[in-house]
Amino acid sequence: MKNIFKKALLFLLPLGIFTACGTNNSKSNSALAEGAAEKVYVKPGDHDEFYAFVSGGFSGQLAVYGLPSGRLFKVIPVFSQDAEKAYGYNEETKPMLNTSFGFVPWDDAHHPDISQTAGELDGRFLFINGNNTPRIAKIDLTTFETTEILEIPNSAGNHSSSFVTENTEYVVAGTRFSVPIPQKDMPIKDYKGNFKGSLSFISVDPKDGAMDIKFQIIMPGFNYDLSHPGRGDSHGWFFFTTYNTEEASTLLEVNASQNDKDFIAAINWKKVEAFVNGGGGKKMATNYAHNVYSDETHSATSTMRKEVTVVDPRDIPGAVYLLPTPKSPHGCDVDPSGEYIVGNGKLSSNLTVHSFSKMIKAIEAKNFDGDAYGIPILNFEAINAGTVQQAGLGPLHTEFDGEGNAYTTFFISSEVVKWKLKTWEVIDRKPTYYSVGHLMIPGGNSRKPFGKYALAMNKITKDRYLPTGPEVTQSAQLFDISGDKMELLLDFPTIGEPHYAAGIPANLIAPKSKKFYALEDNKHPYAVKSEADTRVERKGNDVHIYMTTIRSHFAPDNIEGIKVGDKVYFHVTNLEQDYDVPHGISMIGANTSELLIMPGQTETFTWEPKKVGVWPFYCTDFCSALHQEMQGYVRVSPSGSNTKLSWSLGEDIE
Amino acid sequence: MKKSKILMFVGVLLLGSLFVLPLWNISLEAPQYPEAIGMNIHINKIADMNPSDIKNINIMNHYVGMKDIPEVLPEFKIFPYVIIAMMILGLIIAFKLNYKWYLAWFIVMCLLGTAGMYDFYLWEYDYGHTLRENAAIKFQNPDGTPLAYQPPLLGTKTILNFVAHSYPRSGAYLLFTGMLLSLIAFFQGKKGS
Ligand SMILES: [Cu+2]
Repeated sequence: MKNIFKKALLFLLPLGIFTACGTNNSKSNSALAEGAAEKVYVKPGDHDEFYAFVSGGFSGQLAVYGLPSGRLFKVIPVFSQDAEKAYGYNEETKPMLNTSFGFVPWDDAHHPDISQTAGELDGRFLFINGNNTPRIAKIDLTTFETTEILEIPNSAGNHSSSFVTENTEYVVAGTRFSVPIPQKDMPIKDYKGNFKGSLSFISVDPKDGAMDIKFQIIMPGFNYDLSHPGRGDSHGWFFFTTYNTEEASTLLEVNASQNDKDFIAAINWKKVEAFVNGGGGKKMATNYAHNVYSDETHSATSTMRKEVTVVDPRDIPGAVYLLPTPKSPHGCDVDPSGEYIVGNGKLSSNLTVHSFSKMIKAIEAKNFDGDAYGIPILNFEAINAGTVQQAGLGPLHTEFDGEGNAYTTFFISSEVVKWKLKTWEVIDRKPTYYSVGHLMIPGGNSRKPFGKYALAMNKITKDRYLPTGPEVTQSAQLFDISGDKMELLLDFPTIGEPHYAAGIPANLIAPKSKKFYALEDNKHPYAVKSEADTRVERKGNDVHIYMTTIRSHFAPDNIEGIKVGDKVYFHVTNLEQDYDVPHGISMIGANTSELLIMPGQTETFTWEPKKVGVWPFYCTDFCSALHQEMQGYVRVSPSGSNTKLSWSLGEDIE
Repeated sequence: MKKSKILMFVGVLLLGSLFVLPLWNISLEAPQYPEAIGMNIHINKIADMNPSDIKNINIMNHYVGMKDIPEVLPEFKIFPYVIIAMMILGLIIAFKLNYKWYLAWFIVMCLLGTAGMYDFYLWEYDYGHTLRENAAIKFQNPDGTPLAYQPPLLGTKTILNFVAHSYPRSGAYLLFTGMLLSLIAFFQGKKGS
């Protein structure tokens, strides 16, 4: 152990901290055990055992993979426009990306988490945070589409997010950057004591999952990095790691690394909830967007909300405590029983584990070491459950297998380390390739982990794949953790920078997956449900085309009477009622993307013709034997001409 | 009551299941339809096997110029009355008349059943052979005649990329059982007399 530590240090110095250093840089393939291929091989036509939802980081999206095969099934657009699916391009989904800063078609998607009932995954929804322009998105797991995005006011760098409580009572959004609350023009050097951090508790409606900010706790101006809910006995509590408890405002690399211990903030949210339900807290004027997508209108609406309830933790005695945790902790991970809270100090080589029951005893005994801005700091020794000594370098994040074992990623020494709860001894370690960030065990953030696989998400791949210029893929590595020793099975490329993932047995989601939208339930205001109802209407310079698609034609397919300067709305309804038969449409010169319209759905794009002529449109998704024939024309006349508005399908044939 | 009477009575009542259960099913399998699509034929309508199946069959069949599957055939107006009439007749026979009439009822049912199957065949023939002149895709037999798309009357048959299955469903099985019971009732009655 000491050896590894020393060896790692030797490598660190010349290479510089936080670059990929392979302390375990034996040529990687030798790490693959016999029989690994069989364990990840899913026969053609067979299905994977697990879904893995892997965040896309700076891509703003969420990728869906199968485990153990590592096959990519879908990229779900969440915070970024996606031309492949017209998300953020069509008129229906543009409102999803509305914020108080206007249309923000990108974000930094970090931590997906699946909804729970009674502490177990229920497979209804998935939540993921947008880091940069603080937002939480909800994805419906029957359609695998983003159906709600809530902007978080009084927040910046929504990082300690989006984790759910045992019954999905709340999903949290914790600010990474403290900021003036409310925002104002002030010197940055006056940060200390003046900036604040907000921890938002977003209630989730048990019926339809509708999100609403129930309250925001206005905390001291630390950086709130990651979080996890309590469970079992600690259900009702939420834990947030902090760094920069120094409250430095410049050169944080140095200035935020001075304190030997930062904190885990322990929040008794049930207490805060009761306080707010009893009329506590202040209504604060603010402005944030709430965007909701409906599967009935196939459209999103964006509403600006003007108020949020804020609470000062000092007004609720017993609701918030600080647990001293060495040193700049990142991951904040609670074991399935809810007793152990692991704080991974990035700059420490030890893992610090707090005990929930000891924490409660220390609170009762008022065993405090002072306070920070009126929030009691608990005595470190009184709450410490144990320490995993010199487990590796740069611990980031821990997951659990439900069998009393924990798995921690070490960024600097590029490895996953398996250790035992209660005895705090290291059992096994495996190299990763390279610079592993987070780790995922399906069901990891629940009472019931499915401890068969662990997925490590790596920042750097360098020599692992064929080179693709200066930018190479990031990757995930799959470990079999069913035995005493971990076994590397597979690595596969990922989208963007995967920060975290959520995994779930396929049988909890697959049977509920929607196959098409029932046409009779389509309540889109511009939907047409039969070819007989298709038409073109002019309102001033706006022209609305009510169009349908079916294998293999558009109705209408010829349109005349459009003029330069018009704004043309193509409202296209896919009349199909069959699984996996979308149609696409695109228009030459349209300053947007194609549409990809699912069976029974209506979508709209706009086209502002700039040139006189006869211009074609066509189906962009290979739909049938006569897909190539699925096309039509729009005749564009000069502005001011008197070409009559007309439309037709098949008339000159019959 | 005599055993034969009860058998006749139950046999006649089983006909009533036709008002609830499908008589026949035609399903189609293809590479693109691993879960098969199809239709259930009742005495008064043709229904989807799975939601929107008939619509999807029509969409595929339009390439070769086939007509849409009608929701209602003219026969569907008559069939329910025929069944009701046979049930009333059967009940009168069961209660009032002797066993020889059981055989008569059975024979009439056989004749009606055969006529029904023949009618079904004629519809299938028309459906599979009457194609639009301007069909997008025209397939021919080796001898140059246009390919027909008639589903089998009973059994399984390959038509281009489809494997078509045509088999009785629960309603038909109960109908056969009912008819069989009337025949057994006849022999039972004969033995008892
Ligand atoms: Cu198409």
